[in-house]
Amino acid sequence: MKRLSVKRGTVANYATYIGVTIAFVVLFLLQQQGALSNSLEGQLIPICCYVVMAVSLNLTVGILGELSLGHAGFMSVGAFAGIIAAQSLQASIPLAPVRLAVAMVIGAICAAIAGFLVGVPVLRLRGDYLAIVTLAFGEIIKELINCLLVGYDENGLHIAFNIRGTTTMSALGLSDNGIEIIKGAQGAVVTKIASFPAGFILILITLFVVLNLIRSRSGRAIMALRDNRIAAESVGIPITKYKLMAFIVSAALAGAAGTLYGLNYATLVSSRFDFNTSILVLVFVVLGGLGNIWGSIIAAAALTILPEALRSFADYRMLVYAIVLILVMLATNNPTLRAFFGRIRSTLGRKSEKEAADHE
Amino acid sequence: MELLKVDNINVYYGSIHAIKGVSFTVNEGEIVTLIGANGAGKSTILNTISGLLRSRTGAIEFLGKPIGHVPPHKIVSMGLAQCPEGRRVFLQMTVQENLEMGAYTQPGGGVTADLESVFEKFPRLKERRRQVAGTLSGGEQQMLAMGRAMMSHPKLVMLDEPSMGLAPLLVEQIFDIIRELHAAGTTILLVEQNASMALEVADRAYVLETGRITMSGTGREMAESPAVKAAYLGG
Repeated sequence: MKRLSVKRGTVANYATYIGVTIAFVVLFLLQQQGALSNSLEGQLIPICCYVVMAVSLNLTVGILGELSLGHAGFMSVGAFAGIIAAQSLQASIPLAPVRLAVAMVIGAICAAIAGFLVGVPVLRLRGDYLAIVTLAFGEIIKELINCLLVGYDENGLHIAFNIRGTTTMSALGLSDNGIEIIKGAQGAVVTKIASFPAGFILILITLFVVLNLIRSRSGRAIMALRDNRIAAESVGIPITKYKLMAFIVSAALAGAAGTLYGLNYATLVSSRFDFNTSILVLVFVVLGGLGNIWGSIIAAAALTILPEALRSFADYRMLVYAIVLILVMLATNNPTLRAFFGRIRSTLGRKSEKEAADHE
Repeated sequence: MELLKVDNINVYYGSIHAIKGVSFTVNEGEIVTLIGANGAGKSTILNTISGLLRSRTGAIEFLGKPIGHVPPHKIVSMGLAQCPEGRRVFLQMTVQENLEMGAYTQPGGGVTADLESVFEKFPRLKERRRQVAGTLSGGEQQMLAMGRAMMSHPKLVMLDEPSMGLAPLLVEQIFDIIRELHAAGTTILLVEQNASMALEVADRAYVLETGRITMSGTGREMAESPAVKAAYLGG
């Protein structure tokens, strides 16, 4: 019986991978044919980034059960660390996809370190307090990067902080063939190397990491913590370790998404990753359903496209967006509809269970 | 043999001095009970032993080793299980998953056999093994919490008010189970407000009043003591 339930979960996981792959192949072919509208084509990479953001935030909010309002902060750390890496490595790694991959790894590592530094003190807090501190973290990161000046030349990286608002790029002392990377409040100068296939691979990696984590022994421990902290402690689960683990993994994935996002624009300012972005990602997670990975993917994709699709409403765009959000929330909480979806799910569940049993 | 030795612990909640110089021992194979009114500090003592709270003074020894500074999850793997107050089960997991969580500190392999032995003690849980714990009745949840504590092969189980909020018939059942666990060789430290039931099963008892142990003796001595009768057994 035990093995059966494992198989049912695995079937669902494969379905997720296959669904994402099909969506990618269709969109990629359409893109190659030039059949996509300009606005949708321009959104492919941001959609990938937001899907990764939503799935990774779902790990913190849905699986670990802690409300984080600073997810954009980790995205920001990843974006700017990745940009610095990608820009400085232009000469040493000429191949763009490889450079992109390296930059994403560096972005993820930097965000993970930020996640660790924030997580150690913050995860001792609970509920509202944790939400407020993560919110503050996001804002602090934004302001810090606003003051950051970074350049690169043959002597390596040059970094300065523009705290009083008087320091300029010349303070870095770059040589003649040096490049300016981050110019404080004016943002970063970027060579665009992000690509849609890279976004797809990042989504697959994210799904692989998150789905496997959920199904592992650690994932069980994390969910036990969410369900009942005291009971989890009483069966011998090291609370801090698992909270920190979920938080860091979530931050690292957000960092990689940030790098991809950052390398998709010619310039990038840190205010792009503000409180609104954190809330936006949180909306994806809540709308898609806490702990529901599929839901996060669909909500992130749909809500990134929606504002663009509503362009024809011009000034009323955000009003319509808000109304759609409210309607979707009402609809998903409607008991009749829920029962309807529940029936579909149980029918599907029985079918895959039967298939799994037939395999044995 | 002394399994657990608590020596002069003082526990504070901020500036509130909750436990004042408490010392007691639990010997192997005994049922020892701590009885006392609300707020006497019973649960605080259990939480201090299991490492969730820390004492400012004294020492706690389990199997001869000091555990006053050992983190809670390591204390569980040493063989000291706590069954927390108020039926803390994982409401969103099934009965079987809850029990499997109890074996969290155990190396894999023996879990299936342990599950069967818990199901043998609690046939009710076996019937409901696929059911989500949140749909169980209060008594069943208490059984589940106790079964889960047994999954870690504890040498000593600490039960925090297992009869709390249960109907009298269910309380009888829970105490029957405590006797069975004891007969099977488990040492039990039982914290209870239901003093008459607790004293009936206990080998020894300590009476706790506002953070101090005021009386101690065998279960029978305590049950017959006029002071205990007046205060806890209704005259």
